[in-house]
Amino acid sequence: MTGTVATDPTPSPADRARRTFSRLAGHTLFWPVVALVVLLLACGVVSPGFLDVTVQDGHLFGQVVDILRQSATPLLLAIGMCLVIATGGIDLSVGAVMAISLAVSLTYIAESGSGTTVGTALTGLALGLVVALVIGAFNGFLVTVLGIQPFIATLILMIAGRGIAMLITKGQITTVTSPPFKAIGSGYVLGIPMPVVIAAGVFALVVLLVRGTALGMLLESIGINREASRLAGVKSRNITWFVYALCGLLAGLAGIVYGAPTMAADANNVGLMKELDAIMVVVLGGTKLEGGKFSLAGCVVGALILSTLERAVVIFHLPTQVTPLFKALILIIVCIAGSDRLRSRAGAARRARRTPAVPVEVAA
Amino acid sequence: MNTKRTRRLTLGAVAAIAALGLAACSSGGSSGSDDTKGSGGDTIKVGFSQLGAESGWRTANTDSVKAAFTKDKGFDLTFVDAQQKQENQIKAIRDFIDQGVDAIAFSPVVETGWDQVLQEAKDAEIPVVLVDRTVKTSVSDPYATYIGNDFEKEGETAVAWIKKNAADAKIFELQGTLGSSAQVDREKPVDSELGSQIVGKASGNFTRAEGKAATEAALQAYPNMTMIVSHNDDMALGAIEAIEAAGKKPGTDIKIVSFDGVRDGLQALHDKKINYIVECNPVYGDQIADLVKKVVNGEDVAKSTIVPDEAFDQTITQETIDARKY
Repeated sequence: MTGTVATDPTPSPADRARRTFSRLAGHTLFWPVVALVVLLLACGVVSPGFLDVTVQDGHLFGQVVDILRQSATPLLLAIGMCLVIATGGIDLSVGAVMAISLAVSLTYIAESGSGTTVGTALTGLALGLVVALVIGAFNGFLVTVLGIQPFIATLILMIAGRGIAMLITKGQITTVTSPPFKAIGSGYVLGIPMPVVIAAGVFALVVLLVRGTALGMLLESIGINREASRLAGVKSRNITWFVYALCGLLAGLAGIVYGAPTMAADANNVGLMKELDAIMVVVLGGTKLEGGKFSLAGCVVGALILSTLERAVVIFHLPTQVTPLFKALILIIVCIAGSDRLRSRAGAARRARRTPAVPVEVAA
Repeated sequence: MNTKRTRRLTLGAVAAIAALGLAACSSGGSSGSDDTKGSGGDTIKVGFSQLGAESGWRTANTDSVKAAFTKDKGFDLTFVDAQQKQENQIKAIRDFIDQGVDAIAFSPVVETGWDQVLQEAKDAEIPVVLVDRTVKTSVSDPYATYIGNDFEKEGETAVAWIKKNAADAKIFELQGTLGSSAQVDREKPVDSELGSQIVGKASGNFTRAEGKAATEAALQAYPNMTMIVSHNDDMALGAIEAIEAAGKKPGTDIKIVSFDGVRDGLQALHDKKINYIVECNPVYGDQIADLVKKVVNGEDVAKSTIVPDEAFDQTITQETIDARKY
């Protein structure tokens, strides 16, 4: 963390380092990144070779690669969730949407009887995504047109969604054999696992969309004050509707990426409690649930923390009974370390010791 | 004003959820028997409440029950799927009592909370047959008989095979959902008899995806392991993927012992990727039918019947696998 040779003689190197550190520490992503790095290093220390990445059968192999692959599903969910949360909303239905889209895709492939062809797999994928998009649009309709609170509006499908998935699979676990479909979840592109490629691609597209245009800023303005944004000419209804639809679509994609390797549509268990994982990832990434400012990069860090944590409990040889407690502890520590109030207090105390008070920037 | 609006919305939501619940109930009810003629000399009217359709095992169990309680065999079956909700199940049993069935059979979704409805059945003098799972109740003599698999015995069968065939194995245990009876009871004999050989444990929640993830991590965390004991086939199938991805040979470099005996699992056994599978047989509808007949006729039956579970090693034939319906 120490800087290189200081060329400027006025501030001492130690002073500079301290200032750089406090500027870094002030960043919302500082503590989550620290937690992630510490977790990874700890795993590397406990289990030598953990951080090694090798090439095996022409593709990357290693624990870190596994972690990246497993982060894809929570990341896809979190990207959609993050945008919805930015508008001051929430989408509780994503877990159920995962189950529905997977059920639609696999049922189509099973019925078609030609699962081994690429065309069928792609049609199945497209159908699953379209249904997910429609569901997302339905959520958006409830929230924007009917004005139902997002929590309640999306709760409807969180509960009923699994019923819909069961209806599609007729209460059975639909299993199919379709190598091209399986490749969506367990294939490789240039040696990189397909889910990682998909998640990275989606991430890049969404970042381009919201940060490359004014959309991100408009989302934040809606989240901070919907009415004021509307009066200022922001089409808050259409934009909000759009993010719910996008969130649904990404949840559908997450369901397919998650379920493709096993090719089994288990309506009861696919995506179970994943909506809470997604919210956790968003919050870990420094986005506040009240809406407004959001961080998509934070979602990446959050998703990586979540899947590293899952892995760490095995690497650390923790008894299964205490794993939930261990996860909870780490998450609590990250959240406390990232707490604005705690940080501004600590910062104020430090400043008071050194210099007279400086105006403190108030977070929105 | 704001709180008022919130309250109105909450009320609306509660109403919506209640409506959904009702819809679920009624659809469950209508999926029952399609013959309402009832009555008729020797046919035995049976109400069967299945707890749900949460796994391939359960649907195989359901199919077997439906095949056993047919008209030809002298039964009039009303079958209701409880969709894993106790209130649905209690409602179904009350319906059975109202219909005056000759016997009630059900697989309780949870252990407790059956006092009242079992008392009602007892007052109506309708014998109850428990299937697959048992209940804890304060009602005296609450049911006529129980039939199901013995998970602990399955665990013992697996232990015996390991002791005979891989006595010095370093075992990693892939646990089912913590607290489920299949996890607790299958683990018991493994722990008590092979405890010193277990190098580590982790839960894969009975699913393929999580079984794979846990195995990936375990291969790194416990490089000395030579065997995986998986509490069900699905997790074992996930483990196979993880082992292959790591460039090792499942069944040879790392032996796998698993439970359940679903078709995909048996296929992997035949392909020499799994070494031993202790089955958990869901196809015992005929035995249930037999018990129901005896109970209704007032014959003496044992308080509990254990369904015999087979075990398979790699000598399994393709015919056995093809005959599997689940």
